[in-house]
Amino acid sequence: MAIELPFEKPLIELRLKIDELKRFTEEKGIDMSEEVATLETKAKSLAEAIYRDLTPWQKVQIARHPERPTTLDYIRGLCDDFVELHGDRSFRDDAAIVGGIGRMEGIAVTFIGTQKGRDTKENIFRNFGMAHPEGYRKALRLMKQAEKFGRPIVTFIDTAGAYPGAAAEERGQGEAIARNLIEMAALTVPVVCVVTGEGGSGGALGLGIGDRILMLEHAYYSVIAPESAAALLWKDATQGQRAADAMCITAQDLFRFGIVDEILQEPFGGAQRDPSVMVATVKEAVWRALLKLKETSEEDLPVLRYEKYRKIGVFTEVEHPSVQTPADGEQVSANGVKLHNFSS
Amino acid sequence: MLKDLFPKKKRYATVASSSSARDKVPEGLMEKCKQCGQILFAKELDKQVKTCPHCGYHFTLTAQERIQVTLDEGIFEEFDDNLLSGDPLQFPDYPVRVERSRKATGLADAVVTGAGSIGGFPVVVGAMDSRFIMGSMGSVVGEKLTRAVEQAIERSVPVVIFSVSGGARMQEGIFSLMQMAKVSTALARLAKSRLLYVSVLTHPTTGGVTASFAMQGDINLAEPGATIGFAGRRIIEQTIRQKLPDEFQTAEFVLEHGMIDQVVHRKDLRAMLATILSIHAEGGEWSGNRTAL
Repeated sequence: MAIELPFEKPLIELRLKIDELKRFTEEKGIDMSEEVATLETKAKSLAEAIYRDLTPWQKVQIARHPERPTTLDYIRGLCDDFVELHGDRSFRDDAAIVGGIGRMEGIAVTFIGTQKGRDTKENIFRNFGMAHPEGYRKALRLMKQAEKFGRPIVTFIDTAGAYPGAAAEERGQGEAIARNLIEMAALTVPVVCVVTGEGGSGGALGLGIGDRILMLEHAYYSVIAPESAAALLWKDATQGQRAADAMCITAQDLFRFGIVDEILQEPFGGAQRDPSVMVATVKEAVWRALLKLKETSEEDLPVLRYEKYRKIGVFTEVEHPSVQTPADGEQVSANGVKLHNFSS
Repeated sequence: MLKDLFPKKKRYATVASSSSARDKVPEGLMEKCKQCGQILFAKELDKQVKTCPHCGYHFTLTAQERIQVTLDEGIFEEFDDNLLSGDPLQFPDYPVRVERSRKATGLADAVVTGAGSIGGFPVVVGAMDSRFIMGSMGSVVGEKLTRAVEQAIERSVPVVIFSVSGGARMQEGIFSLMQMAKVSTALARLAKSRLLYVSVLTHPTTGGVTASFAMQGDINLAEPGATIGFAGRRIIEQTIRQKLPDEFQTAEFVLEHGMIDQVVHRKDLRAMLATILSIHAEGGEWSGNRTAL
């Protein structure tokens, strides 16, 4: 394995030892197969122990793994004849968001997603998958185009967040995301969103309003990056681990909250271990979701989407609020409606 | 020395001012302008709708004050003042912070919603309050705004929302992020009903609130000098490793960059809203009144 995560270290060391013994057996002709077998068993149980109960912070690290499949890997794996479409028609093409059209099982589909790079050079080109406003506007253009031609939309989300730069602010990062939220809410074609790695805050949500929300087993989705939360809470960005634990950001948490509809199982150890299996799993789940949504009429889609989000929130409705608006006149009208009169 | 021959005489009798005497000055009688430092009488300040008559600085309004200075005198029908936030993540210290904010503000959460009128035109309003955990949006804020929008659809009246917020409330995690989606889907419905939504961005409006309902108005207005942006200033400075100019992320800056329609002084805001509402009032539609032309 090319890139190891800190918590995988004991396993990697064990594997190296096994390889060494095997080499020793071959080179020196001394039979060490018994020792190798013992170590193999040990490695297996160690791997089980590590990957069965990953902590939220370990999941964050897996979600950020540079060898995980990227959006373009998924798109190319999901469809035939993919035609990438570029540009927001206003300012420029944002390489941090890719999109285009293709066919899945013969059906035309629009694909959109945030795109990370594999190496430093590509990451600089992709701005590490952190989009500018023009990226969100390109996405919206493709979504409106999909609606025009009655094509379903599949979005892939894997971003640390919308890019926090000066130019992004000048061009209205907030406005661009806000526009996508309200426009996606009203789309009359099915929208399936897949959180494949990092679901970073508003930058993720800007492509994330859909009818079915799927999430990979080790992906995370959060209102704020764990490091940023730690910086705000404890004035210490290195406490990301603590924040990750406190914030309930795993796929399992979100499924429990009813925010995510389905968790997609990753290959043992994470999607990066076997990208082709992961892509196949995503393909199957997306297609299943689309087939299900095919039964819904285009008038009903925005209504059901509304109801889906309408339900989200945790609060209590009390009979008599313990806190009253102070000082200001409070009166009860004839029909029993309580009126607060601030103008008195 | 010669000077010593003429000891300086005290010309006045002095009475040591006791601290208790000083305390008798009613609190809030005077306030110092945070921008130009001028001392302002509270009464005068109120007459100026809490703006400095010298430099134009806009003091922060509470939700109660905002409703008071915006709506027509008389009846404000408050909605859903009985919603209290939960603690879905069991987040450290969160219930304590909520309780402290409740006590300090007399509000159930960071927004007050209800129905009233502006210049005689009925509206549903939402007014946020920055004293309540930085005016952040959690489940209660999202729910109250959503219900307010639903009420507006039911009553067929426009919506005006005054934003002042640090963004989504971190302590409610993903639920806060999803409130951005929830309010947006409600506003999409309002748009489908062809009802007007005016967003008024006040100091400060940032993060997830900027990235959702605050920037979704048919008409977006802002108060002068208000900080309006998505990412925090400090984070951007760290990202680009440069100091940002003072005017960065101000109301005037976002106006120049095309994100809002007008910057309106608070003293003119009520009249501006009334004018906008009157233009959108029933009877003025081209489609319905073609024969009158």
